[in-house]
Amino acid sequence: MSISTIPPRPKAKPESDEDSLIERLGSSRRSRFTRHIILCLIGLFMMYPLLWMLSSSLKPNDLIFSDLALWPSAWDFSNYAAGWTALEYDFSVYFVNSLVIVILSIIGNLFSCSLAAYGFARLDFTGRKLFFVLMLGTMMLPGHVLLIPQYILFSNLGWLNTYYPLLVPNFLATNAFFIFLMVQFMRSLPPELDDAARIDGCGPFRIFWSIILPLCKPAFATTAIFTFISVWNEFFGPLIYLTDPELYTVPLALRQFVDSEGQSQWGQMFAMSVLSLAPIIGFFIAGQKYLVKGIATTGLK
Amino acid sequence: MTISTEAAAVSAEAVPTAAAPQRRRRRRDRAGYLFLLPWFIGMLFTIVPFFASLYLAFTDYNLLNPPEWIGLANFRDMFSDPKLLQSIRVTFTYTFVSVPLSLVAALLVAMVLNRGIKALPVYRAVFYLPSLLGASVAVVLLWRYIFGFDGIVNAFLGWFGIAGPAWTSDPDYALTTLIILHIWTFGAPMVIFLAGLRQIPVQYYEAAAVDGASKWRRFVSITLPLLSPIIFFNLIQSLIASFQTFTQGFVMNNGGGGPANSTLFYNLYLYQQGFNQFNMGYASAMAWTLLVIIACFTAVTFFTAKYWVYYEN
Repeated sequence: MSISTIPPRPKAKPESDEDSLIERLGSSRRSRFTRHIILCLIGLFMMYPLLWMLSSSLKPNDLIFSDLALWPSAWDFSNYAAGWTALEYDFSVYFVNSLVIVILSIIGNLFSCSLAAYGFARLDFTGRKLFFVLMLGTMMLPGHVLLIPQYILFSNLGWLNTYYPLLVPNFLATNAFFIFLMVQFMRSLPPELDDAARIDGCGPFRIFWSIILPLCKPAFATTAIFTFISVWNEFFGPLIYLTDPELYTVPLALRQFVDSEGQSQWGQMFAMSVLSLAPIIGFFIAGQKYLVKGIATTGLK
Repeated sequence: MTISTEAAAVSAEAVPTAAAPQRRRRRRDRAGYLFLLPWFIGMLFTIVPFFASLYLAFTDYNLLNPPEWIGLANFRDMFSDPKLLQSIRVTFTYTFVSVPLSLVAALLVAMVLNRGIKALPVYRAVFYLPSLLGASVAVVLLWRYIFGFDGIVNAFLGWFGIAGPAWTSDPDYALTTLIILHIWTFGAPMVIFLAGLRQIPVQYYEAAAVDGASKWRRFVSITLPLLSPIIFFNLIQSLIASFQTFTQGFVMNNGGGGPANSTLFYNLYLYQQGFNQFNMGYASAMAWTLLVIIACFTAVTFFTAKYWVYYEN
């Protein structure tokens, strides 16, 4: 959505020069020191809950709420083994289910959104502008409006208690945000590439496959990481479409820890929570560059 | 379309006939529509449900019997449904407290980070990470226990001699814990602010400093106006997302929205109506009402934009 129209400004000086200029403008060595202190304090507050969860997952159950230190006074690794088998099915089942859905969703989004993005960004056809506006409109449309008819539709198709309602939309480019992201990226590629290929006799599919796709790797990486994180976390879709515990994803399984009344195996719950967040944190560390660039793109262009 | 047909197109161009441009346009259209084919089918999954839910909003429908047209009865019922009014109150309180607070936090931290700090990537990662986890079941569960009666928050308050409330089971405080969770995820707008701040040429600040402008003056006269389009974008995004909060309310109280309906978010109540009681007509009416509410707030924000959003050209 083109909300901001900040024009690209000339970068006259290299970044480090600008930084030193900024420093001269309003900050002594002392104020820089205080800033670091403030930032570290905020960071500590932000990280503390996560570190506490990690530490609690390694403590014996009776120490979790009595021992406040992050470093456990007594270690108990059994939470992980016990939590893994605590529910109706082993967590290996839930992790495999989540992984299958995530991988297929990534493939679906990359496939369908790149096709649509290429059409919008590089091809000219009747009605393109209208469709593009429609696509942007669906980006703003709150999903809950479609929820009930979609549920009725999927239930009539016999898709309840299967992964189809969670997967098929991803193969149909319903995620306008990713189309938009890729359109922005493809528009930044020089149009001469297409022209040269066309003169060499390439059709649009060949240009798409051999020329545009290989250049779009950064946009695909961003899409893959965003899809991974949002689908891995997704709770609502699996909640309404999956009823058989054998099909549950990790978030649905985690919730079962508190469903049973009088639940007191906190250590096991935190152990499985840690494992459920680990892939996201891993992907975040590996793909931080793409994530930051991706959300900056949506805000600035 | 393959290479050979495209080659044929090139040779067709060489011998211009009256029908050639039209044929070329048709071929061009066909390629475009082929690329958009999955999207077209996907749009059917969007547009048909969109109008279907509008229709269902005026019916009584429980999945078993065919929908029965009841006119505006669903909307009339909504006005006298105390749980619905409560869910609107909860959602509005949550949105209008947590969105401004998290945006202010995001802007403040982004400004501190923007001033030539060497360890920027580390700080940015630490502040951004929670926003990826905030809506996950694991973190909402974690929040339940951190703010539990004997959780670490009350232990921490205890050091200062403050007897903390039973956050999650006290109707006066349960929503507060979720607002704090929302503020904890300020990292996403912060990264966008940071990218925007980087685009403001430092020469502006230099010139202002030479003219004797104070730090506050530089913030008000340079940073705020140049950043206003991004503030605007973040505001719209956060408002729309926050009106649709679901997981936090669901997990906090085992799907009930308790204690005493104090975390009964609008979408949570919609879920209860639609999927626990199968009042699909009523739930659709609720969905459309929320859509109108969101559209109104978005429109108001857009309308006021011309008074406070500054575009350079």
